[in-house]
Amino acid sequence: MSAVNLQLDENNKLRHFLSIEGLNRDLLLRILDSSESFINITDRSVKKVPALRGKVIANLFFENSTRTRTTFELAAKRLSADVLNLNISTSATTKGETLLDTLRNLEAMDVDMFVMRHGDSGAAHFLASHANPGVSIINAGDGQHSHPTQAMLDMYTIRSVKGDFTPLRVAIVGDILHSRVARSQIMALNTLGVSEVRVIAPRTLIPSYARESLGVHVYHDMDEGIRDVDVIIMLRLQKERMSGALLPSEHEYFQCFGLTEERLQLAADDVTVMHPGPINRGVEMATAVADGQHSVILQQVTYGIAVRMAILSMAMQPSSAGRET
Amino acid sequence: MSSTTSILHARLHDPSADAERVTDIHLSEGKIVAIGDTPAGFSATQQIDAAGQYLIPGIIDLNTRLREPGQEQKGTIISETTAAARGGVTTVICPPDTDPVIDTPAVAELIRRRAKQSAQARVLSVGALTRGLAGEQLTEMAALKSSGCIAVSNARLPVHSNLILIRALEYAATWGIPVFVNPLDHALNNSGCAHDGRVANRLGLPGTPCSAETVAVATMLELAHESGAHIHFQQISTGRAVEMLHEAQLKGIHVTADVAAHQLHLTEMDVDGFDSNCHLLPPLRTLADRDALRQGVAEGVISAICSGHEPHEADAKLAPFPATEPGISALETLLPLTLRLVDEKLIDLRRAIALLTSGPAEIAELDSGRVTVGADADLCLIDLDREWQFAAENMLSAGHNTPFDGWEFHGQVTHTFFEGRLTWAET
Repeated sequence: MSAVNLQLDENNKLRHFLSIEGLNRDLLLRILDSSESFINITDRSVKKVPALRGKVIANLFFENSTRTRTTFELAAKRLSADVLNLNISTSATTKGETLLDTLRNLEAMDVDMFVMRHGDSGAAHFLASHANPGVSIINAGDGQHSHPTQAMLDMYTIRSVKGDFTPLRVAIVGDILHSRVARSQIMALNTLGVSEVRVIAPRTLIPSYARESLGVHVYHDMDEGIRDVDVIIMLRLQKERMSGALLPSEHEYFQCFGLTEERLQLAADDVTVMHPGPINRGVEMATAVADGQHSVILQQVTYGIAVRMAILSMAMQPSSAGRET
Repeated sequence: MSSTTSILHARLHDPSADAERVTDIHLSEGKIVAIGDTPAGFSATQQIDAAGQYLIPGIIDLNTRLREPGQEQKGTIISETTAAARGGVTTVICPPDTDPVIDTPAVAELIRRRAKQSAQARVLSVGALTRGLAGEQLTEMAALKSSGCIAVSNARLPVHSNLILIRALEYAATWGIPVFVNPLDHALNNSGCAHDGRVANRLGLPGTPCSAETVAVATMLELAHESGAHIHFQQISTGRAVEMLHEAQLKGIHVTADVAAHQLHLTEMDVDGFDSNCHLLPPLRTLADRDALRQGVAEGVISAICSGHEPHEADAKLAPFPATEPGISALETLLPLTLRLVDEKLIDLRRAIALLTSGPAEIAELDSGRVTVGADADLCLIDLDREWQFAAENMLSAGHNTPFDGWEFHGQVTHTFFEGRLTWAET
């Protein structure tokens, strides 16, 4: 399908990074391997490499974000790129400029790469299908569709703790329906060949055809769902969804789906607990779990920079980064 | 209209007649004056040798948005009726959601006059069911009917409550005016922009569940039964709706339905890759729904195929999928997509023609859709053997928004006559 053609060039190298769908296992592993090499840079006293010197990367964030935008900015700066931060919500679109016009204007200023977050599913695909040759689009989250760099940093985190993907049972808990993070994680986990992906949530927060469309096992009982799993990924629950027709209250959600120390006993002994952040303590998980020995939540943030460095450099210079297999 | 025309050696295919036959048709003063022998004293200023071609009644399209008045950047009465002529369509029926809304005889009259001056097809209006389509206060339906509106409808906008709805239906029934319904429960539709199924789930597109249609159909069927109104469902998209309509028809409730031609060929799979030309309302649904709609067409539950024509300027489709405007520019693909059902052995040619002519005529209670002496000379000649490729860039509609660019079609309109006047000739 078109997503494949859009993301890869004729030599199957990364041209844009839009979604996990359409990327094969080898490519995902190449991203993880490349991330590995950038991890070491972040330990050095001079945290910079000249890989993208002279290149211009524009951060186009149509939705608010602190963490993702900051890590993208740090990643680009450590690669020696020039970074433009555009606060779109207060500039162009309020003047009625279309997304395509914004792209054309910035292309005219010789921007080489766009990192975009947008509220509409498919926004990154749209931009990529209209971008000039030589301009790359990196999806930093589009609607409820995809957030592939988040998924890759989660995969990196899992690999760093567990080593091998194939024996793993992974449970993703929370608002699957509205989550671009969950969709990307599920596709990455299945592509990397884990033994089982489970999603756990009330029926109101799971897509109608989750099993068929995403390839997951669906659970509505938290205790049953996390039994013997090796990794638990808790999703952030948006404030506006906590009371209304999707869920009655934060209280009942935590009672039924919150991750507590007691519940954690049901999972494998060496279970890893993850969360893409920011956490609602006492809603998705107990503080004791978030800060506990199984939690790798802060490592996820650290790895996020290296993984984004790998993706930026692979998409910018498909011939020089990454190893051929 | 001083011109006179003789169409010679055509294979006349009239859905109201038993069999096709090869004959000559003579047109004068906008009417069919004779079929067969040339009448005494008739001299044709124009003769068309139609040997080998099929002559059918001009197509009647139940659902054409012309975009005039109010949205002329998307299309005009001239541009869209020119596209209609190319598609063999001689009557277009436009919904009331123009700007201003067709909720007074004045607006209906405005459209009628503009069409009279410039149109390449007969333009008929559907009046609004409620004032401003706001769903609260009834329109003057008797006056709308007198000013030529052939039905009333609230287009895609919600009626405030079922109480207002049944009163509107009863009032429409008082004047014997059909009510056209686009079945959509707005709350269930939520912000949906694609069928709530596997593709939308994977792409993270907000989904429109089947219940957004079927709940509205169920409600309307109950109210139809109670009010005695003739309800016509437009552009149904779900298999379940076909079942429900079938049951209602068996019970003798006066309900009819049409389907848009694209719903019989495309499915949710075509949305994959975020193709904004497949952003439609109602959305493209599953293969099972498509097959049930086809079955409904074959078995007669659905008695018309419409275009669901919604031309857009290019910018309306140049945005991320959920932000694009729904709809396709469809007049020029209505006939070829219907003929494709004949090639695929779903229906025979006779049924295909009926679905485009006598079927819609009956729904809209029009005295057309037949080839008989004395009738308006709205006719269409088709070369059924011609293979051609459809190209979006060559469309005559102001909107080039189509998912059928590059499709190979079998059978093409060669000539269209509207009131005896040649409005299209394929070269």
